[in-house]
Amino acid sequence: MILVVLALLVWATGWWINGRLAQSAARDSFAVRLAAPALFGFTVLLMWELLVRGLDVSPVILPAPTAIAARFGAELGTLWLDFTQTAIRGAATGYFIGCFAAFVMAILVDRIPFLQRGLLPIGNFVAALPIVGIAPILVSWFGFGWQSKAAVVVAMVFFPVLVNTVTGLAQTTVMQRDLMRTYSAGYWQTLLKLRLPAAMPFIFNGLKISTTLALIGAIVAEYFGSPTYGMGFRITTSVGQLALDMVWAEIAVAALAGSLFYGGVALIQRRVTFWHPSQRS
Amino acid sequence: MRQALPVLVVLAALLAIWVVACIPMNIKLALTQAERVGVDVVPPDVRVRQEMSGLALALRNPSVIPEVYTLDRPRLPAPGQVGRDFWENTVERKVTSKRSLVFHGWVTLSATLNGFFLGTALGILLAVGIVYSRTMELSIMPWAIISQTIPIVALAPMIIVLVAAVGIEGRLVPKAIISAYLCFFPILVGMVAGLRAPDRMQLDLLKTYSATPLQVFWKLRVPTSLPYLFTSLKVGIAAALVGTIVGELPTGAVQGLGARILIGDQFGTPIQIWSALLATAILAGVLITGIGVLQRLTLRRMGALQ
Repeated sequence: MILVVLALLVWATGWWINGRLAQSAARDSFAVRLAAPALFGFTVLLMWELLVRGLDVSPVILPAPTAIAARFGAELGTLWLDFTQTAIRGAATGYFIGCFAAFVMAILVDRIPFLQRGLLPIGNFVAALPIVGIAPILVSWFGFGWQSKAAVVVAMVFFPVLVNTVTGLAQTTVMQRDLMRTYSAGYWQTLLKLRLPAAMPFIFNGLKISTTLALIGAIVAEYFGSPTYGMGFRITTSVGQLALDMVWAEIAVAALAGSLFYGGVALIQRRVTFWHPSQRS
Repeated sequence: MRQALPVLVVLAALLAIWVVACIPMNIKLALTQAERVGVDVVPPDVRVRQEMSGLALALRNPSVIPEVYTLDRPRLPAPGQVGRDFWENTVERKVTSKRSLVFHGWVTLSATLNGFFLGTALGILLAVGIVYSRTMELSIMPWAIISQTIPIVALAPMIIVLVAAVGIEGRLVPKAIISAYLCFFPILVGMVAGLRAPDRMQLDLLKTYSATPLQVFWKLRVPTSLPYLFTSLKVGIAAALVGTIVGELPTGAVQGLGARILIGDQFGTPIQIWSALLATAILAGVLITGIGVLQRLTLRRMGALQ
């Protein structure tokens, strides 16, 4: 009971400090922008720990954060093996192949207005479909190894990147293109010096959406057949063994991988499109 | 008409690629089957055929090519086979049948809509909180972004265990939670942008009318945010459907379009997987079009659309 009261107290204190931070003079500084969400996350973790202990929640339902952390530390080797199999071999390989293929396709489509008008509505529609559904088909075509996972990822990231790149390439104004023509710039020069840079914010939008899709695709594909390692495999077998601390450790790895992946792409975007209004503060 | 023609041409091209792709994909199975009924195939050894490419086999056995479109369990079913299976399981089968795609589509649709409403409500509430409270913006917005980088499928089996532990029966609730998790974010982002869309001038005008904060909210902020809301609702409903299918796939569900895909995989009946996928695509199209119609009706009544 004391622990439950303590949990509520922790919540109130955390919220109060954040309230003070938000009203303080340094409210727009980088430190506050970092400290406030960090404090919020820490408060939630602390409450989770106190509530699980206070209410005596069975570890089969919801393990405490400390138990998950202990399991995380003890199983580092297994987690690393799963991470390389699913995130690096499956998701990252598929992500690069899929994004590159979509990019090349967009450049090709861009030269033919007829194709562009026909492909864009279809691409937009397919990008909204639950493409994960083809995972079992691709697993049966490419086998249980990482190749089938990469294939699912390729199928999932292709259309968002394609649609965004084609839209981005259409972003330049007539005036800008005319200026290039007065410089007597050819197709490739216009593409490289004007249209691709102008398309970058859109391309990166597609690339960022695709990071999460890539991980989802790689994990789901493992439910339909995988070697005896990999994140999706470990999660399903651990749920079956009621080893929920292991499941949560695996979720932590997935969250970490997803955030780093997204953050990495966002960082590259900041470097590449430093001139765009959304990147200047 | 000018817009429809390119789309139709591209669709026809895709269909043609599909039909042609069936030949190299299915030729090995077709040859094995033809050999069994006594047709002479080249080369006659199965092990040699395993090593050869599908295209080379098709060129050497042109008489077997028609067979690739009539296999029971092809690697790549022909469009006609998928269409026939889809027709049989929607129009010709009773809706109450366990094999009717209409029945399974309904299960998926109800979970999607439940999750969609849950996610929309959550997204709008959070957006209102974030627009009005600086504390909430600072502490919750970054976590909302991080929540979307966590692959939801990792959480899906977890959510099912948790919901069962709390004592809720059935598969509807966990699926709805998963789809709400995926669809709340686009709505949150759209609504934050929408509620902040009124500019200084408009807010100042309402101040000169001595409007209360509640009046500012209902008479200015909400109407300005509606175009933003509908744009994000379209993204949201697609995300909700993805969530439901993901919720059905890895969890051993027995009802719903995702379950049809799963069962088709376990029993090795690819045609069933493909027709379930077709049903999913149609469902997605109907849902997005539905939101689009709602958007046009609402915006027209508000006078924002001619």
